[in-house]
Amino acid sequence: MMDLSTVLPVVWFGVIGFGVLMYVVLDGFVLGIGILAPLRQDEAQLDLMMNTAAPIWDGNETWLVLGGAALMAAFPVAYAVVLSSLYLPVLLMVMALVFRGVAFEFRFKAHRSRRLWSNAFAAGSILAAFSQGVILGALVKGLPIADGVYVGGAWGWFSPFSMLTGAALVFGYALLGSTWLILKTEGHAQALARQLTRPLAVVVLVFMGLVSAWLPSLDSRVMARWFAGDAFLWLLPVPLLVLGVSAALWSAAMSARSDLLPFLLAMALFVLGFAGLVLGMWPYLVPPTYTIWQAAAPESSLVFTMVGLAVLLPLVLGYTVWSYRVFRGKITAESGYH
Amino acid sequence: MDALLLSRVQFGFVITFHVLFPAFTIGLSSFLAFLEWRWLRTHLPVWRELYFFWQKIFAVSFGMGVVSGIVMAFQFGTNWPGLSRVAGSVIGPLLSYEVLTAFFLEASFLGVMMFGWGRISERLHFFATCMVALGTLFSTFWILASNSWLHTPAGFQVIDGVVHPVNWWRVVFNPSFPYRLTHMALGSFITTCFVVGAIGAWYLRGVHRDAGLRLLKLAVAFAAIILPIQIFVGDQHGLNTLEHQPMKIAAIEAHWHSEGEGKGVPLVLFTLPNAAQERNDHEIAIPRLGSLILTHSLNGEIAPLTSVPAQDRPPVTPVFFAFRIMVGLGTLMLVLAWVSVFAWWRGKLLQWRWLPAVWRWMLPAGFIALVSGWFVTEMGRQPYAVYGVLRTADAVGPQSALMTAISLAVYVAGYAFVFGWGIWYLVKIVKKGPQPYDEGPSLAHGERTPARPLSAADESIEETK
Ligand code: HDD
Ligand code: HEM
Ligand code: HEM
Repeated sequence: MMDLSTVLPVVWFGVIGFGVLMYVVLDGFVLGIGILAPLRQDEAQLDLMMNTAAPIWDGNETWLVLGGAALMAAFPVAYAVVLSSLYLPVLLMVMALVFRGVAFEFRFKAHRSRRLWSNAFAAGSILAAFSQGVILGALVKGLPIADGVYVGGAWGWFSPFSMLTGAALVFGYALLGSTWLILKTEGHAQALARQLTRPLAVVVLVFMGLVSAWLPSLDSRVMARWFAGDAFLWLLPVPLLVLGVSAALWSAAMSARSDLLPFLLAMALFVLGFAGLVLGMWPYLVPPTYTIWQAAAPESSLVFTMVGLAVLLPLVLGYTVWSYRVFRGKITAESGYH
Repeated sequence: MDALLLSRVQFGFVITFHVLFPAFTIGLSSFLAFLEWRWLRTHLPVWRELYFFWQKIFAVSFGMGVVSGIVMAFQFGTNWPGLSRVAGSVIGPLLSYEVLTAFFLEASFLGVMMFGWGRISERLHFFATCMVALGTLFSTFWILASNSWLHTPAGFQVIDGVVHPVNWWRVVFNPSFPYRLTHMALGSFITTCFVVGAIGAWYLRGVHRDAGLRLLKLAVAFAAIILPIQIFVGDQHGLNTLEHQPMKIAAIEAHWHSEGEGKGVPLVLFTLPNAAQERNDHEIAIPRLGSLILTHSLNGEIAPLTSVPAQDRPPVTPVFFAFRIMVGLGTLMLVLAWVSVFAWWRGKLLQWRWLPAVWRWMLPAGFIALVSGWFVTEMGRQPYAVYGVLRTADAVGPQSALMTAISLAVYVAGYAFVFGWGIWYLVKIVKKGPQPYDEGPSLAHGERTPARPLSAADESIEETK
């Protein structure tokens, strides 16, 4: 039998991965709506786009808070060193989220100042997505750490690679947003979303290719395993699946058969990309410095939090699904007007 | 200024800003549940109108609470990595429980509460309102457990400089937690109560007279009962602090030196504490009263500030004044509530014109008392981040002073902008007042009034004067 202190960090790595993935796909499509906002035809259309997410955006964003809190609980060393290294991108992200979030409440209360909050919504969403991509890229590239303290200065996170991942995530979220709008709207808004989906899918695929090609040359040894021995054969299904899913998305985008399918396929694309990265990072949490075991919290913290998670997470998922069901169906502009 | 001081200012700023909203929404969500319950029981339209009126105010405040909370969740990592490394094993799990029990609950049911009217049964809608209220209370529970642990750490061992929790029951129910939780929860209810009362008093002058009187009476009755309880709890809290953080009490009392055997401790009413010379300038004090309050005897002793080296003392001046602001306001609120009850009993609540006027002026009293209370608590904990375990100076991260100054400036500017607009919209909502046939916002057409025979055309708030 393996002992608890070996197994628990692995389980926690999975839990945090799950939380981050939930955040990325759920808030991803809400941020995507904001990224697409500058392309709206008029303010009424943006009303409609935002209303598809108004009742649920807060719940979606909460996955980010769970990610942060769980990271501190399970891997305090990683939480401390990663966030203090990424001081400026994190500042940018939270301020962008502030403006994006209040826009939901303020915009519908506003008349003359409505445009202001439309723009805050768009700019907040784009900057939040970009900074999240930068954070991911900087983490994957590897942070300069000595004796457990970050030594990279104010700009240690800046690199061409992290700029690339920043841009990639903006387009990735936009794709999630456009496929979500196909699902939740009809008429002009849906037609616009359909038009955007194909080009976005192509751009996202190109970004995935660029990032994958860059990875092996990073000094953080991320992805080393991809090319060690015959591992490549085992992992080959991941890129193949990505290609398959993209092809399916290409045809589903313009097909009237199912409005749900494009959204599911876009999410699948994210899951695959994420899986590829996580497989490449393993067993590092902060490559190339800390493995998950070196960063793990004391056992009693891991156990205590795991108990709560096991009991409460199913409950949370239960009522989240219920609240989505309350608001199921298309959001329409006209119904209710007289 | 160095990075440490700037980080402290920044943390104090962003959390003070954050807590203003929870302080209000913790009380308001329960008030909403009360209003909806009255509506379900009586089906008097006025209750529904009031419900949807306060719901609008709630939505704006809650939104600002949520976004400023997201900032908080990352502050421990960006600015206090030392604290996270040493005590993340305690703060992290408690914060995780807060997310799992409170934040998801609030967020999910908030959507249903705001946009679900008409989509689900009234009873289920009421259930959603109650879940939001419950969520805010769970939130209070966990965040105060973690904060109290920083003040009175218990149930752990330090191994290799890292906190290892051994007894979670003792971690959560640490010695100051019950006092802090009760005091803060009551403080939130009081804060909301004085906002409700002030807006009620304001409506007495205009077209919403009926609703106004109802709100004012609710506030008067509630305040008259809850304030004595709060003052009692505050006193008990102080006694608990005397036991666990004697230097904080010494700072609250500006008590530098022992008066000598058997002379007791005076109660200092006013002074300008002089840390350099370890004495009080311009002191006005009542002999022995301090002993009476803190030790319940006329010549009881408490440890003076000079019983520890200067670098182990908290800053005296802000702690001293913040405490007096809190207690002063608490006393003022009690007097106002009781005088109002008396006037009500004599049928003079509306005749004594100055009474509603005072209620209007007291709108921010709860907020000010609450924030002052936090300043007492948090500055009184210095120079420790985890009392007796970790010094604040060892908790701060590698960020430079310049970077911290930039982030502080960004927060101040950004919050001022957002907060300014938020207040503006809140004032607009209050000016418009409760509306007949209000059924809350609808997803089909934004925030506008639903198409109904008697309703005004869809208008946004800014269009009405
Ligand atoms: C769970 C943790 C937690 C919670 C709930 C609070 N605080 Fe706190 N506070 C801290 C954790 C903390 C801290 C991270 O531990 C700080 C930073 C440095 C320090 O010594 O304590 C701190 C410092 C700190 C300071 C600076 C004190 C100084 O450096 O002299 C102020 C003014 C506040 N806080 C104010 C508040 C307010 C208004 C709160 C009301 C909600 C509050 N804090 C809740
Ligand atoms: C450092 C300490 C704190 C952190 C890290 C923190 C974190 C957060 C976060 C992330 C949210 C948003 C949750 C969401 O997405 O819905 C939030 C909201 C909230 N917080 Fe805090 N918070 C802190 C202090 C406090 C304190 C002291 C209280 C009150 C006792 C409090 C009570 C609440 C409540 C009730 C909400 C719901 C939003 C609202 O009512 O405005 N928090 N907090
Ligand atoms: C009038 C009598 C009051 C007394 C004697 C009193 C006493 C105290 C004391 C001794 C503390 C410091 C606790 C510590 O050692 O950390 C404190 C903190 C605090 N007070 Fe009061 N208080 C009073 C009224 C109020 C009122 C009216 C409010 C708000 C509406 C309030 C809100 C707070 C808050 C939020 C804190 C910080 C959190 C905590 O430590 O519980 N207090 N109070």
